[in-house]
Amino acid sequence: MSRITLTGVSRSFGQVQVLHDIDLDIRDGELVVFVGPSGCGKSTLLRLIAGLDRPTKGTIAINDEDVTRVAAADRGLAMVFQSYALYPHMSVRQNLAFGLENARMPRAEIDQRIAEAARMLEIAPYLDRRPGQLSGGQRQRVAIGRAIVRNPTAFLLDEPLSNLDAELRISTRAELAALHERLSATMIYVTHDQTEAMTLADRIVVLRAGRIEQVGTPLELYNRPANLFVAGFIGAPRMNFLPAKIGGTKDGRTRLDLEGAGSLEVEAVAASAGDEITLGLRPHQLRLVDGGEGMTAEVSLVEALGSETVVHTRTAGGQSLLAVLSGQHDVAAGETARFGLVSADLHLFDKDGVRLQPAAN
Amino acid sequence: MSRVSSFLLRRRGGTRWDWTDVFTWFWLIGGFILMFGPAAWLVNSSFKTPAALAEFPPTLLPYVTELIQVEGYDNPLPLYEVTDENGDARVLAEVRRIGIVAQMVDPANPGEIIKVNIQDRTPRRTVSFATENYVEPLVANDFLRYLWNSVFVTVMATIITLLTNSMAAFALSKYQFRGRSTVMMLIVATLMVPLSVIIVPLYSVISAMGLFNSLWGVILPTVATPTGVFMLRQYMLTIPDELIDAARMDKASEWQIYWRIVLPLTAPALAVLAIFSVVWRWNDFLWPLIVLSRRELYTLQVGLNTYAGELNVQWHFILAMTVVTMIPVVLVFIFLQRFITTGIAGAGLK
Repeated sequence: MSRITLTGVSRSFGQVQVLHDIDLDIRDGELVVFVGPSGCGKSTLLRLIAGLDRPTKGTIAINDEDVTRVAAADRGLAMVFQSYALYPHMSVRQNLAFGLENARMPRAEIDQRIAEAARMLEIAPYLDRRPGQLSGGQRQRVAIGRAIVRNPTAFLLDEPLSNLDAELRISTRAELAALHERLSATMIYVTHDQTEAMTLADRIVVLRAGRIEQVGTPLELYNRPANLFVAGFIGAPRMNFLPAKIGGTKDGRTRLDLEGAGSLEVEAVAASAGDEITLGLRPHQLRLVDGGEGMTAEVSLVEALGSETVVHTRTAGGQSLLAVLSGQHDVAAGETARFGLVSADLHLFDKDGVRLQPAAN
Repeated sequence: MSRVSSFLLRRRGGTRWDWTDVFTWFWLIGGFILMFGPAAWLVNSSFKTPAALAEFPPTLLPYVTELIQVEGYDNPLPLYEVTDENGDARVLAEVRRIGIVAQMVDPANPGEIIKVNIQDRTPRRTVSFATENYVEPLVANDFLRYLWNSVFVTVMATIITLLTNSMAAFALSKYQFRGRSTVMMLIVATLMVPLSVIIVPLYSVISAMGLFNSLWGVILPTVATPTGVFMLRQYMLTIPDELIDAARMDKASEWQIYWRIVLPLTAPALAVLAIFSVVWRWNDFLWPLIVLSRRELYTLQVGLNTYAGELNVQWHFILAMTVVTMIPVVLVFIFLQRFITTGIAGAGLK
């Protein structure tokens, strides 16, 4: 059982407030990913949970027990650091044993736990090497091993994949997911990479400038982003944003005027005619149409990848619009393309960037 | 072997001499003589007898005049090669000298005195090393005792220096607290205060603590060196904080973080400081001279000073014992020079 609850957690460094009133409930066995651009406070939040830093305000509770003032070592958490932070002067075995020795565990049990972790992570052949003699991927496993042997109530992972090359990152990501499955332990994972967040998370916490923007499952965040920031951050390639004006609502449909790019009709939204809004369109939602209603834009670049075609365009209003069309299409730069929608899942945001809700009726 | 020599003797000009070759050889040989000459001269001279030391012009090798036991004389007589009026060379022993005339005797015919002008004779000499320069002070004059005192002071002072300085450096590099940089500045600022300025108050402190005439009185005032704190702190700043965070997560106490994580990782800087400390403490003269007034407590450097009396300087002992004092420092430099250069490069100090 390990449930972590943050209530009104704030952290300031001098005059600079890095975290503002964070409320979060992390359930037992859940893999929660903190994601956000660099400087959003996600690592600071992790350090507060770890106990390496103290909040200026608010409380942190593990299993309903207030641990805000409890030292890092006594919270029963284990952390994997971005740089792995393996002790360079100790062998892998000593690295794994260090925390257990400090807890005055009997030697036999230490050996047994190390053997088990080494088997699980396949690091047994290099237990007697120093971290300096290991490759990046091996070091990463050792760092995870050091967390596993402690048998912690929760794992905290601070960008654990950022020092690996692209190929290794993907395979290690899968291994991490498998590990989470097997241990069914609570994990908090910090990353700036939304793909990592999407693939690993049970729930994602999107942070910006020290505030939580949205908490939800990966698909909730993808399908119903609460605001412009989350919409832009989650999903690759990035969502297209087009300025639009509400043209009027009739028969439960609202017409949108896209400045210089035609118009669209969508389901009625809670906005009045003339309101300036932002329309969010995922590149995958667009398809080519021959005529009729749709958006027109001039093609500036075509990337034919075989299975899909990436079309970079620019609307008459000067907005760039990216379309990812499945299959192969006969489009060339300089032509004017007309786009329709694959699905009706449009994302509309008011001028404050907040998602527009459907009309009440 | 020939490949080694052809490597060492290769020239820029190929088979001919380029001017840079000449310059390089000149520079290197000149530098070698300039640097190594005095030390070689010291070692050489330490094997000379007092008479040979006083000789002018000085000789390169230690020579002694050959002596011979002649029948009818109590003391051995010095041997001379004499050229007589006929141009024949003979070997005679000198009995005594009056003015410019030496009274000499043929060892084969001791009854007859031969008068020789001192211009016509040259002493017959052989190379001989006066090892008694070494044996006498070490055996009779307590120099082994001084050696032990020096070793004790150096080893203890170095151990305590490493321990205290690394603790201070750890606190100053890895803990955030108010006034941290002020403390650091204060410590570094004491670099600007020379020993001669604080020597009197320091003496009062040591005396009040009852450490006068005690080796601890020599050791304790020297152990906290601003250089050491500065050097170790700069090095510890390069140890990533994540390692310390990781150790904290691993339930390590602050002492364990210092002892098991930070100290082993600071080993290269500690080695440099240890070398410096050994050299400093070994060569210390002024402070031990002040604190130690009992003969059996003297360190080597103070002990050396006893041979330089007001009226009589026993150069042969001074030279020999200087060689003895130099040996450990030279060994340190030979075997640990790599650390010394990195230390100087790293801390900008020496």
